[in-house]
Amino acid sequence: MKISKLVEQMPPSGIRAFFDLVIGMKDVISLGVGEPDFVTPWNIIERAIYSLEEGYTSYTSNKGLAELRQELARHLKHRYALDYDPEEEILITVGVSEGFDLTLRALLNKGDKVLVPEPSYVSYGPLTGLALGEPVYIKTKPENGFKITPKDIDGHCDKKTKAIVLNYPNNPTGTSYSRAEISKIARTVSKHGLIMISDEIYCELTYDFKHIPFPALPRMKERTVYLNGFSKAYAMTGWRIGYACGPREIIAAMTKVHQYTMMCVPIMSQMAALEALKHGEKAVQEMKREYRRRREYVISRLNEIGLPCHRPEGAFYAFPSIKKTGLSSMEFANRLLKREKVAVVPGTAFGPSGEGYIRISYASSLDKLKEALSRIETFLTAIAVHSK
Amino acid sequence: MNEILEILEKNARATVEDIARMLNMTPKAVSNMIKKLEKDGVILKYKTVINKELERDENSDVRALIEVKLTPQKNVGFDHLAERIYQFPEVTSCYLMSGTYDLLVVVEGKNIHTVSNFVAEKLSAMENVRGTITHFILKKYKEDGDILKQPERSKRPAITL
Repeated sequence: MKISKLVEQMPPSGIRAFFDLVIGMKDVISLGVGEPDFVTPWNIIERAIYSLEEGYTSYTSNKGLAELRQELARHLKHRYALDYDPEEEILITVGVSEGFDLTLRALLNKGDKVLVPEPSYVSYGPLTGLALGEPVYIKTKPENGFKITPKDIDGHCDKKTKAIVLNYPNNPTGTSYSRAEISKIARTVSKHGLIMISDEIYCELTYDFKHIPFPALPRMKERTVYLNGFSKAYAMTGWRIGYACGPREIIAAMTKVHQYTMMCVPIMSQMAALEALKHGEKAVQEMKREYRRRREYVISRLNEIGLPCHRPEGAFYAFPSIKKTGLSSMEFANRLLKREKVAVVPGTAFGPSGEGYIRISYASSLDKLKEALSRIETFLTAIAVHSK
Repeated sequence: MNEILEILEKNARATVEDIARMLNMTPKAVSNMIKKLEKDGVILKYKTVINKELERDENSDVRALIEVKLTPQKNVGFDHLAERIYQFPEVTSCYLMSGTYDLLVVVEGKNIHTVSNFVAEKLSAMENVRGTITHFILKKYKEDGDILKQPERSKRPAITL
């Protein structure tokens, strides 16, 4: 059967074969997992179970439970001084993934361009294409800590450029932006009249400074679609629940698409998310402390064993350079897996500018991280001997 | 709580070097801090948590929680009596409680008789002990934050973006 040209042209995930190899192997220590190693805090799980017992099994309003949107508005106000109207400016989505898809479908006309800083999370480019837009990749540089600069934006804008997507703290690089840095980006975004699609799913995992949401910056709320969710902060990846906040006309347009494709987010996930907002803060802070220690450990070890790594400000990823080994990212990951049974993600999974890097997730216990890093050290010694 | 203590409380085998890395400190500073905590008695000792539910046999000890009602003594209140009680090696824990009784004493013994004997002959016979209620523990599910089951394997997929 012939499938749509649009889908056929979607870039396939080039490293599927590598993933299959990892899944097929036994006793692998995986540092390739893009989700917390914690289980969802029990009070959240228990609330969901109870909601099922109570008979909450129906559809909800397309926008999501009113109580959840209200609680979310309160949370955003209290935590980040963000002002969103729970009736018209908030939509509960099936994770940021759906939120991002809806944003593009709501915004783009055929041929509209979207700036995508690279290395980038895997879905931004393909979903832009699916919404008939055109992704314009901007390579970020390791010497800038993989941060996008105003100049980068200037250099890639033209008349067709409608939006820019920014993911901070970033998957895969762990990079984030301080208030001063993000303010500069805001001015440039404003100057070019762009819409900011801000994916801040890792915001609670910011270690060195206070996270500043993009819409919290002066006059940015009106041109920002703010995407966030429960997956990373509350260890709720499998619940598939997030939210989009933005100007009412954009949220209305997104809701229109959402009501046809998704109807609503599963009610048990919404009940769980409500509990997370009301009583989840302590667990979030505990997990964050744990991640921060692991970050220090991993960065210190990586630099010591000769894989230079910039200091990631957030998320739970390190993105060290493997250029000194002379191997491509893919070769490195492949050989490391076969020789030492450690799985990492080749940087090229996140676009061509990830070549020469690997993504290491430190969402694993310290014992595992320790063992994995000493295996990587053994691997580096072995390949150094071979290449001589 | 001191972050070094937070780490050691979860893992007594964390090395000075690992702790130093995690907290971005020098090993020397961490080592000095630990020595001080040990000297001050903040760190009492390092133990292994054993899941005795998996190690049960006919020789396993039995445990009982004993509610003890006391008549407080002049000047020393309950402390002196508590000391007399907790010095017995059979006593593994001892707490002063609010509510309907005064001390909660956890006693461990070879079998139900040794524990009963201890309660009858030592505890109840003590001056100022007004009464005791003994509860034997049948099964332990969770102790000091640890669930007493075989650890389960992670349910996460091996690799995700």
